[in-house]
Amino acid sequence: MAAIIWDRENECLTESKRKELQLEKLKLLVTKLYEKVPHYRKSFDAAGVKPGDLNRLEDLAKFPFTTKEDLAANYPFGMLAEPMEKIVRVHASSGTTGKPKVAGYTKNDIKMWAEVMARTFTCAGLTSSDIIQNAYGYGLFTGGLGAHYGGERLGATVIPISGGNTKRQLLIMQDFGSTALCATPSYALLLFEKAAEAGVDIDKLKVHTGIFGAEMWSEAMRREIEKKTGINAIDIYGLTEIIGPGVASECLEKKYLHVFDDHFLPEIIDPETLEPVATGEEGELVFTTLDKEGFPLLRYRTRDITSLHPGECACGRTSVRMERVKGRSDDMLIIRGVNVYPSQVESLLVAIDDVEPHYQIVVDRQKSMDTLEIWVEVSEKIFSDEIKGLETLERKIKSELDSALLISTKIKLVEPKTIKRSEGKAVRIVDKRNI
Amino acid sequence: MVKQISVFIENKSGRMAEATRAISDAGVNIRALAVADTSELGVLRLICDDMDKALGALKDAGFTATANNVIAAQVPDRPGGLADLLEKLRDNGINVEYLYAYFTKTTDNAVVIIRVDDKEKTAETLEGGGIRLLSPEEVYSV
Repeated sequence: MAAIIWDRENECLTESKRKELQLEKLKLLVTKLYEKVPHYRKSFDAAGVKPGDLNRLEDLAKFPFTTKEDLAANYPFGMLAEPMEKIVRVHASSGTTGKPKVAGYTKNDIKMWAEVMARTFTCAGLTSSDIIQNAYGYGLFTGGLGAHYGGERLGATVIPISGGNTKRQLLIMQDFGSTALCATPSYALLLFEKAAEAGVDIDKLKVHTGIFGAEMWSEAMRREIEKKTGINAIDIYGLTEIIGPGVASECLEKKYLHVFDDHFLPEIIDPETLEPVATGEEGELVFTTLDKEGFPLLRYRTRDITSLHPGECACGRTSVRMERVKGRSDDMLIIRGVNVYPSQVESLLVAIDDVEPHYQIVVDRQKSMDTLEIWVEVSEKIFSDEIKGLETLERKIKSELDSALLISTKIKLVEPKTIKRSEGKAVRIVDKRNI
Repeated sequence: MVKQISVFIENKSGRMAEATRAISDAGVNIRALAVADTSELGVLRLICDDMDKALGALKDAGFTATANNVIAAQVPDRPGGLADLLEKLRDNGINVEYLYAYFTKTTDNAVVIIRVDDKEKTAETLEGGGIRLLSPEEVYSV
């Protein structure tokens, strides 16, 4: 049976038609970037390229990359290509320093985002008759509102429950008869475990599909979720810088994720040499937003490791497909859907009086939820002979980190030299999760 | 002023043994000791016969250790000895952060080590109330 496709015209383009469309959009993009964003004028000039140098898709490789450091240097609105009166919304996610990465959207961007999320839901097999329980967090995080607008565009019923409050999630899921769940996969697993504990008959729940993203997960975890719940667990991909969720989605084949490449042009590069890799080979995913207005990005290095697979899918879509994200080419952690950079933890710690940057980040998955523990070595400067003093210190570090990282941390004070140094360099991250 | 050494100890097996062994390896004798702890960490408080040597040995062994001032008061070894002292502090609005006590071999008195914020006022209050405070030498060599 042929799958239902939301935007058959754009999702099933012939190869030549797609390339033609991409090239046309790309030419406009480089011209706009050069004219409107000082950062790009500088980086194009430094690389010795002009917008007119882009005549074939392959010419894109001559143009400079954009990195998260570029975003930090132009914080908050320096990368926007439209004046603020055209920007109708901003979202943000954690950056490498204490400052977040900021994305600005025009009205058209919001519309396009709803379109690509409607494609995502359709890829997952949802239709206007579905009731979507949207447990992605609403707020600066793109997950909540991104899925929300996409669900409405699809014509489905959206329950904007946001993240957390497991008891209420279960109540609503049973009483409202939710048929689809949007959440991080780890939260979904927790939710169903709690349901089982509370004596809820999982088979009686109407949920048939999970739209899971915002964190790395494995095929083994999918099998576990599907076995426990009988639902279809679909992997989706996105990042704030590119648009949020809605960059790519698995179809019901559940093999690869369809990249919506009429809007987001992917490349795979070798993160060391920065050269393109051969088709199908693994490397770092790089995106160019082809028609985003507010916050367009050229060759943005996502740091996600994956591979690209062209060709028509059994579902009928012809867009290029990417493999499930396998890892990172930097040290960013994703904890319960939230990005955390070790460098960010470090800059927050040293900003606290007398705390030295002797720390270690320990990530674990307990009862299917990720936990973030930060070990801080107690130096003489911060040591107090009173327990009260040590507890106050712990609380202070926790409140500083929690409010900046937007995630609950556990602080553990440890003795000096507890943190293993390998070849003189401290090991900053211990990730005990088996993803 | 009488000093005590405070050592940061994580709640894991063997750390207390390692700290006390570091002190004994330096040829230093522990006179008094108290431990405060939570489920995850503890603070070991010590008085030794050679404070400088003990502190150095602990630091060399990789411990976070500091010396801080405390008050050492002599109380008679009889029912109510400590209560009398604490009442004097309470009546003068002095808050005790913590205290610990030990016996001496040579007298019929106990020694109470008191950690307060306002040491001067505490010293005045206790001496004014007829309680003898001990000098560093007396404490370290009991």
